[in-house]
Amino acid sequence: MDIFSTAFGIHEKALGVRSQRMEVLARNIANADTPNYKAQDVDFKAMLKELKTEYVTATHEKHFLGIQEAPDNGMRFRTPFNSSFDGNTVEMNVEQAQYGKAASEYQATLQFLENRIGGLRKALRGE
Amino acid sequence: MQLDNVFGIAGTALNAQSIRMNTTASNLANAGTVAGSEEEAFRGKKPLFKALMNEEMTHAGAKFVGGVKVDRIVNDPTPVKKVWEPGNPLADKEGYVFHSNVNEMSEMVDMMAASRAYQNNVEVVNTARQLMSRTLDIIKS
Repeated sequence: MDIFSTAFGIHEKALGVRSQRMEVLARNIANADTPNYKAQDVDFKAMLKELKTEYVTATHEKHFLGIQEAPDNGMRFRTPFNSSFDGNTVEMNVEQAQYGKAASEYQATLQFLENRIGGLRKALRGE
Repeated sequence: MQLDNVFGIAGTALNAQSIRMNTTASNLANAGTVAGSEEEAFRGKKPLFKALMNEEMTHAGAKFVGGVKVDRIVNDPTPVKKVWEPGNPLADKEGYVFHSNVNEMSEMVDMMAASRAYQNNVEVVNTARQLMSRTLDIIKS
């Protein structure tokens, strides 16, 4: 009975990454006026790749695991469109747009999870 | 739970921005202050923000890492205005008084910037709150 551990697929991990991204964007917005603060963002693709690699395991000494990239936490510094005098690279409009987008992406992932749970319930009830 | 941290981070920003508004209010209130000597003259106060980048800067287990704090409040270094007003009871022997160095225009602009930054962070908290309550609703689906 492996149904419950795999039922949510990638969405379970994706939700974690998405909420982490929300935190990073909240940091940027909080530090919008801090001198020398450098805005950061999460590289979603790199992050998800990192989470997925733990599924792949070598069960035989002759198995190849492929080229494994050095793990990082998927954090990247943002390149600002315009530089500022105080060395701060937070651009509020960009951050607001990204935060809004991240929020709706989080909701999308939630919706996927809700559908999976709904499906499981239906199956359990046997209706 | 990362969404939890969003509240802490936005909270530090709300705190910092309200301190900034407080200094602006104090500066504007004292914009017309006059003193009898250069040392006593009121100087504008400016908060200096600093990012909370690691755990050591906050107390253990705090959810404020990545937030912001007011590092210190510094005096505006611009020279105070020396005005010849012999009729003023505070005037020195030569008849000069010292006005504060507060620039009302830049203080008003600063106040608006602080207020916008505050609103931004309130919005961050609101969005995170909605997402969190939706996440809790997942069991109802």
